[in-house]
Amino acid sequence: MKHRIKVDALSRVEGEGSLRLEIDDDQVRRVRFGLYEPARFFEGVLQGRDFREAPDITARICGICPVAHQITSARALEQACGVEADPAIADLRRLIYCGQWIESHALHIFMLHAPDFLGYADALSMAGQHRALVEAGLTTKKTGNALVALLGGREIHPINQRVGGFYRAPAPSELAVLLPDLEKALQASLAAVDWVAGFAFPDYEGGEVQMALAHPQMYAIDRGRVLKTSAGVEIAVDDFESHVIEDQAAHSTALRAVLKLKPEDSGLTYQVGPLARYSLNHAQLTPLAAKAAERAGLRPPCRNPFKSIVVRAVELVLACEEALRLIKAYQQPQAASFAVPASQGRGAACTEAPRGTLFHSYEINGRGLIKRANIVTPTSQNQRAIENDLGGVAARNLDIPLDELRRLCEQTIRNYDPCISCSTH
Amino acid sequence: MAAKLKLAVWKFSSCDGCQLSLLDCEDQLLAVAEAVEIAYFLEAGTVRRRGPFDISLVEGSVATEHDLQRIQDIRRRSKTLIAIGACATSGGVQALRYYGSLQKYLEDVYPQPRFIKVLEHSTPISDHVPVDLELRGCPISKTQLLEVLAALVQNRKPDLMSGCVCHQCKLNGNVCVMVTRGLPCLGPVTQAGCGAICPSYDRGCYGCFGPQKSANTQALAAWLAHQQHRSPEELVRAFRGINCRSPEFAEESERHEAPDQG
Repeated sequence: MKHRIKVDALSRVEGEGSLRLEIDDDQVRRVRFGLYEPARFFEGVLQGRDFREAPDITARICGICPVAHQITSARALEQACGVEADPAIADLRRLIYCGQWIESHALHIFMLHAPDFLGYADALSMAGQHRALVEAGLTTKKTGNALVALLGGREIHPINQRVGGFYRAPAPSELAVLLPDLEKALQASLAAVDWVAGFAFPDYEGGEVQMALAHPQMYAIDRGRVLKTSAGVEIAVDDFESHVIEDQAAHSTALRAVLKLKPEDSGLTYQVGPLARYSLNHAQLTPLAAKAAERAGLRPPCRNPFKSIVVRAVELVLACEEALRLIKAYQQPQAASFAVPASQGRGAACTEAPRGTLFHSYEINGRGLIKRANIVTPTSQNQRAIENDLGGVAARNLDIPLDELRRLCEQTIRNYDPCISCSTH
Repeated sequence: MAAKLKLAVWKFSSCDGCQLSLLDCEDQLLAVAEAVEIAYFLEAGTVRRRGPFDISLVEGSVATEHDLQRIQDIRRRSKTLIAIGACATSGGVQALRYYGSLQKYLEDVYPQPRFIKVLEHSTPISDHVPVDLELRGCPISKTQLLEVLAALVQNRKPDLMSGCVCHQCKLNGNVCVMVTRGLPCLGPVTQAGCGAICPSYDRGCYGCFGPQKSANTQALAAWLAHQQHRSPEELVRAFRGINCRSPEFAEESERHEAPDQG
């Protein structure tokens, strides 16, 4: 018997994607996670631009994680010019990045992914029976957005981030206003962990290599010079481009990456994102996040992609704890930015966007004009892992009705919270 | 009670940010869903109807052959079509390829350029179908979005701020960053609506809401050149940003371009 599963326009994902699955003689023959948004050529249009314009331009890669693109581009360009962020500015960046995580994770957990586990078409119909939960999700999301808007000027495409830091640093009293709402968001996040931990998780484990940015002192979000992998090999951010190789497939307008741990590797399928971060950096979870993870029954390494929603909730706790800590410790820096004189060079940076490792690299000339840019987004890196999971999950569930299998496959894709707009930059 | 207006949200080439603005109306989202019927909103997971729709919010620019057909189809199924954001109203930041070479970009970015099918240029919705209303901004203002939806529900005209960013900036009580600090600022020629956030954060406006009606870009460019000694290359880049293909900004950026050495 031949069966086909076909979804032309996936819902509850950022951007436009499709799904094709062919089943023949009780075997999964073909799996396609198609990304068909038009290419936008950011790396092309950045050529010839002044390096100080990059954060404003690259923000437009993604409406969901503009903070990630701004900070990653700024850090890469600072490195190209041979300067490093001073600690006060670095902490302020971590703070706004926490806001981005809170906003993005709350959106995904409550609005995009939970309906899969509870059997609703969307969050609006879920709100009929679970209004308090949807409202708690929206309130938490709003707190993340309020933090981004206060530090960044607005939630989407913030205007206050630059190469060298910020245009204006807030007074401690401005940030302190956020504390009560962040305390509430922290409580809501702890409740969210317990809530999602009770979901039913399909029995499946992926075999991909996991990779995440690492930092010796903290759960890596905004900084770090080394990537850890579950294979035990560490990769310097500066060597990213010789380990992560992008190619193409006819069914995707996004580049697709493979990982080469050693030069002779043919290229491995790998995974970035919350699951990889938890597996590799769990020892650095903040105190309440670590307890919540334990209570939720998470054990490292976590390889069941359906549990990514639990890890996202744990990271929501972490982002709230970190935001509270950073605001309480905040002292207004002497200057909102540090000087970054244009100088010929190359620079690269990785950060952990909500969906996983984000890489930017630039080459600039002595006048500060960009000669070359390369941007590798989390969803570009996860495409193969998603197709792997689709094949694996479908193969274990060939006995369920086709309609149910289709829903399960869509849920499998949402495990990665794919950002297709990012990936087709 | 009259039937609820049916709302659809569509995406073309974009970053997703303008439709996210609707989900970012955290305090009003559930109320909006009660006031109108959200009939088609793929990102939110809502696919209840195929049309016709009373209101279509269209995000993004037209960038593929398929887009050309899709926008005609959406226009046919929509009573009121509203283009939202810089991509939908001017072609967006991806329209910068007008000033480069698509072929070169294809080869620079993709190992197999033949897999990528896009139109030579990224163009606004109004180049292809009649548009009933344009909401400017990169991203749009969610206050303006809610005002437009409320006006449609209440069958009245939306109250959208006209004038330039300078007006808003004065209302905010800001000191002019251009006059007092010598920063380049597109506020005098950029449509209001953002809340003048850039000058409020100690930087100049970079025009993400596009040109104001009757914008005198030439006077501003002359001022930037003479008072701030901005080079022609800097003037080109200043006007060639997020709304590079809006006619007033396009013309101004081209005015300062060095003639082809051919």
